[in-house]
Amino acid sequence: MSDSWIAVCSRDEIDEEDVMRFDHEGRTFAIYRSPDDAFFATDGLCTHEKIHLADGLVMDEVIECPKHNGRFNYKTGKALGAPVCVNLQTYPVKLDGDTVYIAIG
Amino acid sequence: MTTSATKRDYSLIGRDAQRAVETGLSAAEWYHTDIPRKEMKELMKREDGPAIRDTALWLGGMVVTGGLGAALWGSWWCVPFFLVYGVLYGSASDSRWHECGHGTAFKTRWMNDVVYQIACFMIMRNPITWRWSHTRHHTDTVIVGRDPEIAVMRPPDLFRLILNVFGILDAGYAMVDMLRNAAGIISREEKTFVPAEEQPKAIRVARIWLALYAATIVAAFAMGSILPLMLIGLPRLYGAWHHVMTGLLQHGGLADNVIDHRLNSRTVYMNPFSRFVYWNMNYHVEHHMFPMVPYHALPRLHAMIKHDLPAPCPSILAGYREMIPAFLRQLKNEDYFLKRSLPPTAKPYREDFEPQALAAE
Repeated sequence: MSDSWIAVCSRDEIDEEDVMRFDHEGRTFAIYRSPDDAFFATDGLCTHEKIHLADGLVMDEVIECPKHNGRFNYKTGKALGAPVCVNLQTYPVKLDGDTVYIAIG
Repeated sequence: MTTSATKRDYSLIGRDAQRAVETGLSAAEWYHTDIPRKEMKELMKREDGPAIRDTALWLGGMVVTGGLGAALWGSWWCVPFFLVYGVLYGSASDSRWHECGHGTAFKTRWMNDVVYQIACFMIMRNPITWRWSHTRHHTDTVIVGRDPEIAVMRPPDLFRLILNVFGILDAGYAMVDMLRNAAGIISREEKTFVPAEEQPKAIRVARIWLALYAATIVAAFAMGSILPLMLIGLPRLYGAWHHVMTGLLQHGGLADNVIDHRLNSRTVYMNPFSRFVYWNMNYHVEHHMFPMVPYHALPRLHAMIKHDLPAPCPSILAGYREMIPAFLRQLKNEDYFLKRSLPPTAKPYREDFEPQALAAE
């Protein structure tokens, strides 16, 4: 499992209650830092119209898409209502020292 | 100005719709002015306070003016109260529907949802159908064949525009749509933008609304008076003028089939009353470029990015002074439009993306 961990950034590169885009091998991800200082990761594009979620707004445990305001729970990936109907894929994240890692699998 | 007019097909299942998808004009990546992330987060921040205040003023104003209008019914003194009531019902509901549909007016989700449902009923827009149509409007703003909310198609139907100042055609179509949806029928065009799992919800809302309008008509017959309809339903006609006046300015006379909101949307400075009724949607380029920014932050956003936008129209009157001649020219040549000049501080238009728009003069 440890071989599949990929370093994303240092913890301070993401503000609390914010999100950052992470591109890796042709795929794009969104990395979140929650208000209680935990890290999470999802696919980077909205399941509605493939807009980068990293340009959106994090509110508590919700990410809102910047284009049509579709909302997801970024901890579970659950789509929270129109115009998003399909859940987001989530990925394991860990903090090792000051570095944030994602397991893409 | 180009000389050979191109006949546009506005059907959502027609030739231009297909072409927009094939050419990548649909669901394209639009131009955005650069804003540092920290500042953008401040602009996007949600609050309940401004919308609670404005909603209390809006609904409170309706209770007072509707109540006084009803109390004075039968005398001419009721007229000014119904004039104000009508604008609050038949025009302010347009902006409340819009902003709460985006989910940005309030921080608290249920508040957005409640005001959205109330406003949708007043403006006679099915909350399910119109949520999805507006989603498409933001994906494909003024893309012919894709955008279901193009208010002025080319060549402009000026007779229709005039009738709609009093909501006549739009309310009529809304009633037909409600009856059709209540009968369980979703049109082919609606099916292009409302997902299948959402369609039963649209039908359910239409049936509830039909019951509400039927109850209002029964009350009018029982009272032997149109007063119930003056309070519910008819304000969508006699109070529509303000939302039509402001709404036409959003995109009227500007470019179509472009992917830069600076070319197809218009920002207009307005008086405080109109901005209250319109909930700051006069900053329309800004709204389309950044739909995440709540209405109360749009003036701040405008101040931040105006160096990168065409000069705003200084007034509603100035907007109409440029828009009406453009409509008249489009009667003869539907390819004509107003090209927006950018200030020297702005990033130029992408010439490879917008060749037709930039060639026109």
